[in-house]
Amino acid sequence: MIPFDYQPAENAEGAVATVARAPEATFLGGGTNLVDHMKLGLARPSLLVDVTTLPLDRIETLPDGGVRIGAGVRNSDAAAHPTIRERYPALAEALLSGASGQLRNLATTGGNLLQRTRCVYFQDVTTPCNKREPGSGCSALGGYTRYHAILGASSDCVAVHPSDMAVAMAALDAVVQVTGPGGQRDIPVVDLHRLPGDQPHRDTVLSHGDLITAVDLPPAPASRHSRYRKVRDRASYAFALVSVAAALDIEDGDVRAARVAFGGVSHKPWRARRAEDVLVEGPPTESTFWDAAEAELSDAEPLRGNEFKVPLARNTLVSVLREIVSEQR
Amino acid sequence: MTDLLRPHAVATPVERLDGPAKVTGTAPYAFDHAVPNPAYLHPLQAAVARGRVTDIDTRPAEELDGVLAVLTHRNAPRLASDEDAELAILQSDEVAFRGQFLGAVIAETPEIARQAASLVRITVDEQEHQVQLRADHRQLYVPEEVNPTFPTDTSQGDVDLAARDAAITVDERYTTAWYHNNPMEPHSTVALWQDATLTLYDSTQGAHPVRTAIAPVLGLDPEQVRVIAPHVGGGFGSKGTAHAHLILAALAARELPGHWVKFALTRQQMFSLAGYRTPTIQRVRLAADHEGRLSGIGVDAVEQTSRFKEFAEQTGIPARTMYAARNRRSTHRLAPLDVPVPSWMRAPGECPGMFGPEVAMDELATACGLDPIELRIRNEPHVDPESGKPFSSRNLIACLRDGAHRFGWDGRDPTPRGRRDGRWLVGTGVASSTYPVHYIPGSAATVRYLGEGRYRVEVSATDLGTGARTVLAQIAADALGVGVERIELGIGDTALPVATVAGGSSGTISWGSTIVEAARIFRHEYGDNPSEGDEAAGTTPENPAAERFAMRAFGAQFAEVRVHEDTGEVRVPRLLGVFAAGRIINPRTARSQLIGGMTMGLSMALHEESVLDPRFGHIVNHDFAEYHVAANADVGALDAHWIDEDDPHVNPLGAKGIGEIGIVGTAAAIVNAAYHATGVRVRELPVTLDKFLH
Repeated sequence: MIPFDYQPAENAEGAVATVARAPEATFLGGGTNLVDHMKLGLARPSLLVDVTTLPLDRIETLPDGGVRIGAGVRNSDAAAHPTIRERYPALAEALLSGASGQLRNLATTGGNLLQRTRCVYFQDVTTPCNKREPGSGCSALGGYTRYHAILGASSDCVAVHPSDMAVAMAALDAVVQVTGPGGQRDIPVVDLHRLPGDQPHRDTVLSHGDLITAVDLPPAPASRHSRYRKVRDRASYAFALVSVAAALDIEDGDVRAARVAFGGVSHKPWRARRAEDVLVEGPPTESTFWDAAEAELSDAEPLRGNEFKVPLARNTLVSVLREIVSEQR
Repeated sequence: MTDLLRPHAVATPVERLDGPAKVTGTAPYAFDHAVPNPAYLHPLQAAVARGRVTDIDTRPAEELDGVLAVLTHRNAPRLASDEDAELAILQSDEVAFRGQFLGAVIAETPEIARQAASLVRITVDEQEHQVQLRADHRQLYVPEEVNPTFPTDTSQGDVDLAARDAAITVDERYTTAWYHNNPMEPHSTVALWQDATLTLYDSTQGAHPVRTAIAPVLGLDPEQVRVIAPHVGGGFGSKGTAHAHLILAALAARELPGHWVKFALTRQQMFSLAGYRTPTIQRVRLAADHEGRLSGIGVDAVEQTSRFKEFAEQTGIPARTMYAARNRRSTHRLAPLDVPVPSWMRAPGECPGMFGPEVAMDELATACGLDPIELRIRNEPHVDPESGKPFSSRNLIACLRDGAHRFGWDGRDPTPRGRRDGRWLVGTGVASSTYPVHYIPGSAATVRYLGEGRYRVEVSATDLGTGARTVLAQIAADALGVGVERIELGIGDTALPVATVAGGSSGTISWGSTIVEAARIFRHEYGDNPSEGDEAAGTTPENPAAERFAMRAFGAQFAEVRVHEDTGEVRVPRLLGVFAAGRIINPRTARSQLIGGMTMGLSMALHEESVLDPRFGHIVNHDFAEYHVAANADVGALDAHWIDEDDPHVNPLGAKGIGEIGIVGTAAAIVNAAYHATGVRVRELPVTLDKFLH
């Protein structure tokens, strides 16, 4: 760890201006990811601007029936909020499946979205990593790949985004509110994170100085019937091997709307549009579920060592859809 | 041996004497000791697995404010002995494994030390390395003996012939993973070198053993080294022998007289510098008739050691003594690799060595159409098959039967994949446990009367968090015929009478018997009404029965396993262990140790695996996010019981060690239950979900 300055933010615009001015400055939320990375030598900010001092810690109902979650809301608080539990159960489940109780008490909504992709080589400064040092090579290729991507990876990076919360938000059509040096803008969660391509050091589309202030969840009937299932190597406190967030709106025996996203498979939460297309406007049958999974995973490119993730993703999606349907009967 | 101690305090569930101090955070662990003038050490480590250091540029570190010293092989003092190659650090430019100490920065704060260490530029001429264990490794060799002093190979009769002639054989390969001990408290030491004396607050499994190990390396007499270890946050074997961090801290302290040098390994550093368990590849052969009566047992183990120092895990040992069979063999072969040296970890030998054979027994039961408990009963030996001696006590069958009753085993349908609960496939399994009685001579204890009915009892034992302090007080109380509250116990300090290592499940019986002896002498000399200041000393009494009997503890473990049909997720909702380990000194702490061991066994079965990247030569999942140990949510209904076992031969306490037997057999019971649930036989640990996916 190297010396750095710390200052609490007084207001969002001021915090944005301060960070935008200093190329090595960064925002500090709960610190559960950033501070680890500072200790490991992955992040070397010159200045931390603490945004947990901002009044972004509220959960509000929006006029359209949606819900706005402030970027500073702690993961534990979001997971426990009655409105979220009732209208967006997949999000509450995703939050509760993440990290540990202690970490969720600190981690913020904005920070959770912006946690870095995860890879043992990225976290080890003694091994090459294109994300850490562009051009140095990808150690995961040909290495330990159990937790790595099967969709959307590149020859430069095969890391996956570790957030559970973001996967549920991607499925629920959530939209991120951003304040940046150039003003305010909206970014759908599905568009927030990037695929690695040849610039794996960039995890998101945000620019330096952009601050997430809130996440909006739109109202949708399907969201009330949403589930999140996380499959991992131990029952708690482990990153997903594969996770699925899914929501189905079933009327008169047909699927009217379907929302599906995978976690643990890609550099970003993976919205499964192809699977959704197979699911809508037909009855929710076992064979449709399998077809939907196949449609989404036909392009999967597992690495040596994580081939199992393809059948795991398929089986998990079918299992979750089956469960949602049985609950709506 | 004298008569068995009469239990009054012993065999009662006395609460931990240090419990309140621990839960209120006032029990000082090594690094917690407040010392004047502290300095903090951060090590420099090799980032290649094999090579030679050609340059170390330490100037950027030395120029940083707050840096007190930078040590490398170029300026480090010569050590007095390089006999233990693990401890002979900074003596040459050679790199023998990735993560090896190449130096240290000592600074006024830990942050400065860490930053300065990151500024040191080390250039290494890298050489080709070999780090991967393979059964067909070209340089496999036969060690002279296996840990600690067992014969490498044994053979009676002819297992090949028995297998050829048998009606039923099992001949399979089983593997256990590379494991790291990972005690909660990292290896930590606080060192002061002043007036030709080295003082260490250390996290260790034995204050005296540490002193004995490091004094000659540093060119000191043992009396010039004081080691203090009042509380230790777990060791699991990794603090049983001295590791190189002690020498690094001592060298730093010698450079900075008057400074207390504080050094705690990070979790990542523990993965290359504090020992580990070798992966094992076990070929297990069982030969039997149709009724399941064994005619042959063979275990051939292949393991790794480091090229620079040998450690040979005694994986083939338990199969030498577990079941009766005329034809028997066990062998050990080692691959010398460019890796850190393996060491003791959680029941070395027995733990990995009961995995292969106990799964093989389950496979044999299936092949014979026999209940696996019945199979074990049919092969119960009348004497120790290895030595021909009678057992001082052996109650494996009683454990199996008692466990079967408690677990609801009777009437079990052996058909695999026959039970489900929704999408979960459900199965049950059983395996045996065993652990030798290690009664180790060489401890000493003193008893001194303090007046007003109180006694001071001293022995430099170690409490790793197991409750040693409490059970020794119970033993002392009964040995002196007074209440526990009358005993003031001193442990964990080389200023106290010598004690042996807290390892091999030997502590309670060895130190406890020594206390009994000291108390006997005290009463013999001073009677029941001593004067204040009366003192007597005793040493570990010999046990002539040790020559006449084979002495081991036994047990049986039962597991219920659920495997999700869609995802392959594995859960263990129930684990039951029943043990026969002589007299249980403290039911409360004993239960805690046994279920703790079983939890580690569960962890070994489902989670633990140190993942080697052979290209780099190190363990890449070197933190607690990636190296999984069981979380609370992985542990279901977990219970341990014991049968009343009366063994007058083992020692004056009538007790056997219980520190390690809990982990022995657990993984096999879980694998056997997973087979029963799914029909899939997993022979490679850990049992992860991908092994059930299709």
